[in-house]
Amino acid sequence: MTIEQLPALQIMVTLVAAPICVMVRNPRGAWAIAMVANAFVFINAILLLNQVLDTGVIRYALGGWAAPTGIEYYIDAMNAAMLVLISGISALVLSYAYRSVGKVVPLGKQYLFYSAWMMCVTGLMGIVITGDAFNVFVFLEISSLAMYTLISFGQDKRALTASFRYLVLGSVGASFILIGIGFLYAATGTLNMIDLAARIPESESQRAVLVAFSFITLGVLIKSAVFPLHAWLPNSYTYAPIAATAFLAGTATKVSLYILLRFFFSIFGTQYSFGQHLLNGVLLPAAVAGFVLMSLVAMFQTDLRRMLAYSSVAQIGYMVAGFSLATQAGLTAGIVHVINHAMVKTSLFMAVGCILYQVGHTHTPSLDNLMKKMPFTCVAFIISGLGLIGVPLTVGFVSKFTLIEASMEKGWWGIAALILISSLMAVIYIGRVIEVMLFRKSREGAPESTTGMSEAPLSMLVPMYVLVIVGLYFGINGGATLEVAGQAASQLLGGFR
Amino acid sequence: MSNLIGLYSYWIVIVLMMAGLYIMIARYNLVKKIIGLGLFQTSIFYLYITMGKVDGGTAPILMDEPGVVYSNPLPHVLILTAIVVGVATTAVALALIVRIYEAYGTIEEDEIKVIEAAEPDA
Repeated sequence: MTIEQLPALQIMVTLVAAPICVMVRNPRGAWAIAMVANAFVFINAILLLNQVLDTGVIRYALGGWAAPTGIEYYIDAMNAAMLVLISGISALVLSYAYRSVGKVVPLGKQYLFYSAWMMCVTGLMGIVITGDAFNVFVFLEISSLAMYTLISFGQDKRALTASFRYLVLGSVGASFILIGIGFLYAATGTLNMIDLAARIPESESQRAVLVAFSFITLGVLIKSAVFPLHAWLPNSYTYAPIAATAFLAGTATKVSLYILLRFFFSIFGTQYSFGQHLLNGVLLPAAVAGFVLMSLVAMFQTDLRRMLAYSSVAQIGYMVAGFSLATQAGLTAGIVHVINHAMVKTSLFMAVGCILYQVGHTHTPSLDNLMKKMPFTCVAFIISGLGLIGVPLTVGFVSKFTLIEASMEKGWWGIAALILISSLMAVIYIGRVIEVMLFRKSREGAPESTTGMSEAPLSMLVPMYVLVIVGLYFGINGGATLEVAGQAASQLLGGFR
Repeated sequence: MSNLIGLYSYWIVIVLMMAGLYIMIARYNLVKKIIGLGLFQTSIFYLYITMGKVDGGTAPILMDEPGVVYSNPLPHVLILTAIVVGVATTAVALALIVRIYEAYGTIEEDEIKVIEAAEPDA
């Protein structure tokens, strides 16, 4: 059995698939290769998660070099779950992407799109799986460069400026992380995460550690689009090809939040991050302002994609709020919301992609009476929309309920109230779209803007419904995700063992 | 005084870094922004190299001589990787600028904003 080589395969397969896509040059062939590689990686991730849940943490020495000298891959419940999430969402959206991308990206350039996609998946999974601090930076840049490329494939020329702005801000963020890692290395003499965690408390130069801490915090907050540093996100999500948006909305910012968790809880330690330096004094206000203000902004958007983009920033606020409670319950809530929001937001963007495919635009007020033309798409949008709001029986309910419970447990009633208020705002902005889709008749005299429309192709509907149904399953059976998240949270709070 | 002269290379890092950040913020020309970004990244390379240098240390080639001091090779290796990343970032950015120039006919950020504001949202 080659079961012990699973961690390396997780990264290698998609990494090798990327150049093969470029060599094939045929859009269908490139897509097929990407699909096969992605499916393999997804199965691989599930095997890894099973193994971790059975036998505990996996430490894999890359190239056979033992940890302090070589680079190791470190997999616990947290990253195994993230790996399943990333590869699963990527596989679903990729199977959906073929038709959707075919309409947006010129035929001769599609193989490059799939190649960039493979690089992006590789980078994202690499960040999650690695146990080496410098590796995090390298994989972060691999995924980021691929993301800039994916975004720039958008049809509107604003995709180019959105991508450029993301590139400038993203590079600054990644460079901050690089500076931070440099200072950590100077202070401790190691890059291995487990060694770092052990040596930081006894380092002679605590000032260098503090500088590292500040730079890494700032860098990660830029990359994960936490409220005041989210400027790059709305335009990128709005103008990128919709398949890329669906993929990035579900994975990219989540992976940045994973870096935040890994550094704050495992490497610096809960006590260092949240006790001594009062990180919750920085994170919590940003998170709360994020989910209140961005929900407010989302209410006034007339473009469906832009509305969902702002809502994404708001949802990131919930996750960070959960993390900044720094308790078992809070962390569990944050991690569960990472998983649940990834499912919800991806399926929402997939539904929007179906609308875009058939209607050709996403201007909300002109989607009148869409339910008659595209019932399946609309039903998927409504179910996922309810999930975003947090209606019972959907995944959104599970995570918002645990989040409110966690903040009450800590005695922060105001936060719990604000979460409810911003959920009400979500009712308004999602409700408005549903109202237009279901009930609004086209204005008298004006030609119906959705004349002659029919349902989106099956190859787009099926992946979307798979995700919607998975979402419903985890909404009803909330215990499954909560258990994994709880285990991940206690491992994070406990530090490296 | 010893902080000023003894740590001169760190001062260079700070000056380069701030110059890079300033260019990125203050210049509207997209190419100049990328020059700023390059300067900013280069300062980080410099920081790493400075860290790895040991006073009087030679290249880390093993020789059977006692008492030889070596510089730390690891930061150099890391920075080789980071340089590659920086080159890739610059390449992608310049490619984007070419596309932006084709689409907008300008690479001045303020003019691009005017063009974007004039066109209705797609």
